[in-house]
Amino acid sequence: MKTLAENILECKNLVLHYSTRKGVVKAVNDVTFSLQKSESLALVGESGCGKSSLAKAIIRLLPRNIEKYSGQILVNGQDTMTLSEKEFREEIRWKKISMVFQGAMNSLNPVLKVGYQVAEPLLIHEKMKKHKALEKAKEALSIVGIHESFVERYPFELSGGMKQRVVIAMALVTNPSILILDEPTSALDVITQANIMNLLKRLKKERGLSYFFITHDIALSSELADKIAVMYAGEIQEIASADIFYKKATHPYSQKLMASVPTLRIDKKPEFIVGSPPSLINPPSGCKFHPRCTLAFYKCTKESPPLSDLGSGHLVKCWLFEEHKEAERYERRTT
Amino acid sequence: MNEELLRVSGLKKYFEMRKGIFSSPIYVRAVDNVSFSLGKGEAISLVGESGSGKTTLGKTLLRLYKPTEGQIIVKGKDITYVDTKELMWYRRVTSIIEQDPYGALPSFFTIYRILEEPLLIHKFGNSNERQKRICEVLEKVRLTPIEDFAQKYPHMLSGGQLQRVAIARALTLNPELVIADEPVSMLDASVRIEILTLLKELQETLGISFIYITHDLTTTKYFSERLFIMYAGKIVESGKMFEVIHNPQHPYTEALLKAIPDPDAENRKILRDIPPGEPPNLVNPPMGCRFHPRCPYKMDICEKEEPLSFELEPKHISLCWLHNNRK
Amino acid sequence: MSSEGYEFTLKSTIKDLLTYKSGIFGALFLILLLAISVYAIVALPYDETVRLWRGEGGVWLENPRNAQPYWVKYLGQNLPETIKRDSTQPELGGTVKIVTPIPQTDMKLARISFTFDFSYDGFPSEINIFFSAKYNGSAPLLNIYWVKPSGTEIRLLTYIPRSQEDKLYLSVNQQAANALSLYLNSVLGKSPSIPLPIEYSLFAVEDSSMNSSATAKPLKGTYRLYIDGTLFGKDSDIDAKLIVYGRVYGMAGTDNQRRDLTIALLWGTPIALAFGLTASATITFLELLLATISGYYGGKIDSVIQRITEIYMILPFLPILIMVSTFYKLDLLVLILVVIALSIFGGGIKSTRALVMQIKEYPYIEAAKAYGASSKRIVFLYIIPKILPPVIPTLIASVPSYVFLEAALAILGLGIPNLPSWGKVINESFNAGALYKGYYYWVLEPAFMLILTALAFSFLGFALDKIVNPKLREV
Repeated sequence: MKTLAENILECKNLVLHYSTRKGVVKAVNDVTFSLQKSESLALVGESGCGKSSLAKAIIRLLPRNIEKYSGQILVNGQDTMTLSEKEFREEIRWKKISMVFQGAMNSLNPVLKVGYQVAEPLLIHEKMKKHKALEKAKEALSIVGIHESFVERYPFELSGGMKQRVVIAMALVTNPSILILDEPTSALDVITQANIMNLLKRLKKERGLSYFFITHDIALSSELADKIAVMYAGEIQEIASADIFYKKATHPYSQKLMASVPTLRIDKKPEFIVGSPPSLINPPSGCKFHPRCTLAFYKCTKESPPLSDLGSGHLVKCWLFEEHKEAERYERRTT
Repeated sequence: MNEELLRVSGLKKYFEMRKGIFSSPIYVRAVDNVSFSLGKGEAISLVGESGSGKTTLGKTLLRLYKPTEGQIIVKGKDITYVDTKELMWYRRVTSIIEQDPYGALPSFFTIYRILEEPLLIHKFGNSNERQKRICEVLEKVRLTPIEDFAQKYPHMLSGGQLQRVAIARALTLNPELVIADEPVSMLDASVRIEILTLLKELQETLGISFIYITHDLTTTKYFSERLFIMYAGKIVESGKMFEVIHNPQHPYTEALLKAIPDPDAENRKILRDIPPGEPPNLVNPPMGCRFHPRCPYKMDICEKEEPLSFELEPKHISLCWLHNNRK
Repeated sequence: MSSEGYEFTLKSTIKDLLTYKSGIFGALFLILLLAISVYAIVALPYDETVRLWRGEGGVWLENPRNAQPYWVKYLGQNLPETIKRDSTQPELGGTVKIVTPIPQTDMKLARISFTFDFSYDGFPSEINIFFSAKYNGSAPLLNIYWVKPSGTEIRLLTYIPRSQEDKLYLSVNQQAANALSLYLNSVLGKSPSIPLPIEYSLFAVEDSSMNSSATAKPLKGTYRLYIDGTLFGKDSDIDAKLIVYGRVYGMAGTDNQRRDLTIALLWGTPIALAFGLTASATITFLELLLATISGYYGGKIDSVIQRITEIYMILPFLPILIMVSTFYKLDLLVLILVVIALSIFGGGIKSTRALVMQIKEYPYIEAAKAYGASSKRIVFLYIIPKILPPVIPTLIASVPSYVFLEAALAILGLGIPNLPSWGKVINESFNAGALYKGYYYWVLEPAFMLILTALAFSFLGFALDKIVNPKLREV
């Protein structure tokens, strides 16, 4: 019997604004979504839409120039926003949620041995003894497909794909239940990328991990996604299950995104999206996508639409659907 | 058939690296024995992963590097070992479009001045004629209104616009051969299609021979009739685009094709059947066939001898011992 | 994505500059210095200034020696200013001159009377009387009297001018000293053990406070000095100028040669700026050129330039400069040339070369080669404009070092003679033992100008550095 879906991670009305010399960057603007246990959520969007900021907001790796940081982040029902920095570091970061960063291969310390770096989270977060931590590090490395002898090597001795696996091992060594992956395969060649994706798929199955997978590559997102969230100008525009999204994305922006993806086997001519992503300092009024939307009407320029629920967890932030629902409700009332 | 513009035979480019003053030099074999020909007005795509030598091949063809061995013949002239001073005509006839749109344009020149440079260097007409040419070329890449863009500086433009300027610059002298090295990989995904479409249009309307270098196999479908796959300094397969994609004749091409996802909800349920490992180091590539350590079809001979180039159908070539018996 | 994302136009740079406090201060100070320079050059032409500074023709004679700036009176005591009375300039007031011929003789009686108010808290530094007598045969016979506010009259001395233009240094005149001593004896009952200087005795309050110069206080009121003279000859005449030298003068005071220090301070500004900017700019640009050639062409040229640079970096700069200036007489131009020659292979070459080697790998350089740009074109049109912005803050920030260099040489006595620069002023003040004698202003004022210059350029340099170097920028 399947228990009612437990949300392992829930974000409600998450806001993250930075202050810069040029103005306030509204990187994450009232974001709400949920992630179930053993589920993968892919967050897709163009560069500069706030995806990485959202990830950092969840794991609370914030820069100094924060203007606003509010909302709720529920991990297993507990709101982490109420925790102090110390509590967050001890209980959440790298214990319940780990992260694999963009360009992770370059974030390995070149002067420390690989084994030590993989063991480091254990030394810091669980204050484990060094030899025990090293044992765990060897285990983690073999889980990601790297032979234990590599604990004695330095990062420069490893290839790009191997370094990426090391970073994944580092994220897994403390046994978190949620893994945030921010463009984990960006600098890797295609075959290595597919190998890493295979690894991630296996790990998810074997360890019941939940993934929050951020990428700009829609084709790649389908490798892991059970659910897709589309982000634009700091806001989530659509959340849909994979089965629905890749066949029939609903939000006008999602549709345009899907239309712009070149496909290898399917014969289709990709179309490009006119215009460019908006500034997060001075975003457009009303619906942020309206300047580039072919279906926009007057209301879109004035008011920002709410997230409409189209049933079974399919959410769309678009006036077309709110209006539609209004019409439906009206119809139902009058019949 | 088109007349031949470019013929490359046995081209090698090795880079010398010295570890110390006293040790003997070692060589990075970036391009190792490449041969092919390119017709006038023909577009080809050259696909390879990073470290495959594709960029080096492109730059060697443009004589930005001096070849180590082999021959490059352009319009009937052998340009392989000619002194750079005598290649000014070649510079006019060829152009490059670089990968990084932000770094490819001098940041302290206006767009107008950037486009004027090639004209000035080759002493093209007087200032009026240059202005006319610059306006023509800005129109072709659709950077309008021209007056607006001409006086802007690169930092005021987006990546896509900068790449258009780079394309415009490549067209100023009416080249016959343009080599684009990963022209869209540093652009946002949504802009890539725009720029590639533009490049394809220009290539067709102006009848320019084009070599499109990329690591993204998917985009090549929209660009050219012929596809070249490069691995560890060698061209392992080449042929008609449709043929190569739907009927690959080299294990590496097959692996590449298997590795590339199309957006499909089923993808998450399957594990892809692809070879492990990574492209080899070009200093000490494996003996024999360079792909053999990762190849699922490996035979004894693959470890010992470098495969010959087998022509399977007219113009479908594969560098693999599997085709040996078929001859 | 590699994005330079920033370009430097003059307008945008200035706008950015003003967002930093250091930029604002630097700019303000610089504008101040430039304004002073312009004023100095316009109001005091160079040749004129050099002449003045040499002190030709006794131009400074009417200035007090070692006077402090006049504004010290706001800090404490109300020190006396110079009081001048001139019989040829009745418009100064307080002068009465009467010449009466004695009938049936060739002689005349002359009386020149100088009256002035003295209400200061300090004593004058010196008193001189300048005579301008017209006579054919015998010089006039003059009796000089001093009248204190109390009404007491003292006959100071009898004086016969030795020439038609003569100076009487009253403060060191023995006759007057004796006369005053006698007078004081009679008034106080005894002569002070250490006699007060004449200018003190003439003005002091007559009581026990006169025992030492520390306690003596001037008597405030109206004083009168009159000269009773007998002139010989029908056409004879006498004119006199009385100068009671104060202890304060002008905006900056005076030095031991009575020269107005404002001239040196004013003129020191364009000299410092010219020297500093010229040296810094020339050296920076030459270094830039060498570094670019070295970095871009590589190979043998690179090795040669780098080895020369390394040798230069070891050589001690200041001692060599001192050596050169002991053998050859320096003027401003030669000094600049020598400094430049000794600096162009400096350490800046190494860092700029590193930058050039980075830039030469940029795609736009390769693209330029692809469309046929020659190496020379690439160096001058593509590389140098790119490395110029990072180099400018260094240029600005190193101006003070060259300003200090010129000052240091001057302080060591190796400066350019006849040039009223700040270093020169400090040098002269040291030679005259200014600090021992308490003439602090003499040292502090040029030091202050040097510091102001250093601050102006350093602030500007720091602000520019932040603009040019995005990594240093504050978010």
